[in-house]
Amino acid sequence: MTMPVVSEKERKPLISLKGMIKVYGAGQATMQALRGINVDIDEGEFVAVMGPSGSGKSTCMNILGCLDTPTSGSYCFKGLNVGNLSRVYRTRLRRFYFGFVFQGYDLLSRTTALENVELPLIYRKEPSKARRAKARKALEIVGLKGWEKHTPGELSGGQQQRVAIARAIVTEPTVLFADEPTGNLDSARSREIMDLLTGLNRDKGVTIVMVTHETDMAAYAKRVVHFVDGLVSSDETCGR
Amino acid sequence: MFWNMLLLALREIKRNVLRSVLTTIGIVIGVAAVITMVTIGGGATKQIKQMIEGLGSNLVVISPGKRMGPGQSTDVIPFSLADVEAIYRDINAVAAVSPVSTISFKAIFSNQNWTTQVTGTDNQYFNVTNRTIKSGRLFNESELRIGSSVCIIGETVRQKLFGGQVALGEHIRLQKLNCEIIGILDEKGQNTMGMDQDDMVVIPIITYQRRIAGNLYISLIQVSVQNGASTEKVQRDITHLMREQRHLSDSDDDNFTVTDMKEIARMLTSTTKMLTGLLSAVAAVSLLVGGVGIMNIMLVSVTERTREIGIRLAIGAYELEVLMQFLVEAVALSSLGGLIGIFLAIGASIFLSGVLRVPFIFNANIVGVAFLFSAVIGVIFGYFPALKAARMTPIDALRHE
Ligand SMILES: Nc1ncnc2c1ncn2[C@@H]1O[C@H](COP(=O)(O)OP(=O)(O)OP(=O)(O)O)[C@@H](O)[C@H]1O
Ligand SMILES: [Mg+2]
Repeated sequence: MTMPVVSEKERKPLISLKGMIKVYGAGQATMQALRGINVDIDEGEFVAVMGPSGSGKSTCMNILGCLDTPTSGSYCFKGLNVGNLSRVYRTRLRRFYFGFVFQGYDLLSRTTALENVELPLIYRKEPSKARRAKARKALEIVGLKGWEKHTPGELSGGQQQRVAIARAIVTEPTVLFADEPTGNLDSARSREIMDLLTGLNRDKGVTIVMVTHETDMAAYAKRVVHFVDGLVSSDETCGR
Repeated sequence: MFWNMLLLALREIKRNVLRSVLTTIGIVIGVAAVITMVTIGGGATKQIKQMIEGLGSNLVVISPGKRMGPGQSTDVIPFSLADVEAIYRDINAVAAVSPVSTISFKAIFSNQNWTTQVTGTDNQYFNVTNRTIKSGRLFNESELRIGSSVCIIGETVRQKLFGGQVALGEHIRLQKLNCEIIGILDEKGQNTMGMDQDDMVVIPIITYQRRIAGNLYISLIQVSVQNGASTEKVQRDITHLMREQRHLSDSDDDNFTVTDMKEIARMLTSTTKMLTGLLSAVAAVSLLVGGVGIMNIMLVSVTERTREIGIRLAIGAYELEVLMQFLVEAVALSSLGGLIGIFLAIGASIFLSGVLRVPFIFNANIVGVAFLFSAVIGVIFGYFPALKAARMTPIDALRHE
């Protein structure tokens, strides 16, 4: 559980990306998904990431969530250069600091909603009783009370998306990375989820980075970062 | 940590019932086949040993004609009663010598008939072959000397000709010979070659020569060697004596064969062992096939498993934890399969040994080996696909196709 700690004399951003480049493929068929991203995110911020399809939003989120490694550039989390961390430490970041909602939900098939939500707690070694209670609570929060025993195959896309959200928030992470968390939800349900996220951000101080296509949803965030073609085109903080 | 892994592995097994069952069945079949084959083979070997022990102690058989290699043939000069006497008189360490001539004949009693082996010999025959009389008596001196029309019959012949009736004192007809039954042999059952040793009629050798063969020949001489004496030496001495009897010069080959039945017994045992080995090899192949089946199942599900490993890694599982989970799952499944296989094999072995009338001998070694092998197969095929996936970056595992 111990992380190498860096003294925080000067106030450093929680997340700091410098010259982040990601190239897919090799030889002639290379594809530059990120072409030098510079972004700083402070603790407690609620950031929306927008941009056209294929502009590199998911790629960037995966790197932020330590699911992928950049081709070049530096990523500092709490002042630590993630690029220098070993696999084990990167796993610890995911386990204890990050929550991740995937664009494609990525639930375990043939596994009940409850067990899916329990999974991150199992890896956090929570005792089984507390684990089950927390998982039930998280499912209730996303409006899936009574659906605990259903497997992903028995749930609609929107319901699966909410299970994925429950799985990401059940650990009350330091940072929540959400890749289009409302992409499959109707506007009423979307608003509920956004209220939930805003609440987490405000009350629990959870830093949230959220990809979205909808301006309505982005409006919930205090800051909107626009991606175009692998570069940040605009970065606006609206004083609401 | 361990309980967590166990929990995750059990969930995984529950989640993939079909895959788990198929994996287990592969191992069950392999393990059961190997254990059953080896157990039955071991029982058969044991049975043959027992039969050999009952064959008669230290039996040496002298037959006319030389040991023939491929393409060779030789004039067969039969033995005579003089040879039998010479062996009894001149060879040390001989317990009993008996002449044996045999022919297949139809035995008739009233309206019943039965084709059987008619053997002409003397009373020593019963010592040499370890036979005893159940009812009646052996031949007496005068019957043997003058060649009376008397016979001693085996249980099968009695059964076929007389059924429930009294046989002793009745007369049966062997072609022109009409002979009185003076004794009935104790049962002995089948011999190693599966021949019924109770399907026989024994008459005095003189009677056989005069009334059936019409000559003074003897087809075989059976010698039983005294306990503790060297069969090899007796074999050598007999060869020497017979060469003299037959006036063979030094340059002549033997025109007779002296066979130590122990030798044949050893040959049979090694044949059985070879057979057992062969069966075991077949069984081992089936274990291997079971293993390949498991590998197939695991490889088919590798994409799904890789994605799943990706999810686990993304959520915060260490590589080691994922691997432990898969290891526990593989070990649990293959041990379960191994255990079921062992119980199945024991059941099948007991059943088969009953049907084949072979003794059941539990072989703990092969059970251990089969179990270990199944565990190793399960672990290799369950674990290594996982190993590859767990080393990828989470996103590569997640997006695996
Ligand atoms: N594994 C990969 N291999 C090769 N190219 C990839 C891979 N992943 C993404 N790309 C490419 O990188 C570019 C950025 O992809 P990314 O998924 O980050 O887009 P996005 O902004 O999330 O789009 P969307 O809004 O549709 O989700 C795309 O052009 C895509 O084709
Ligand atoms: Mg995307």
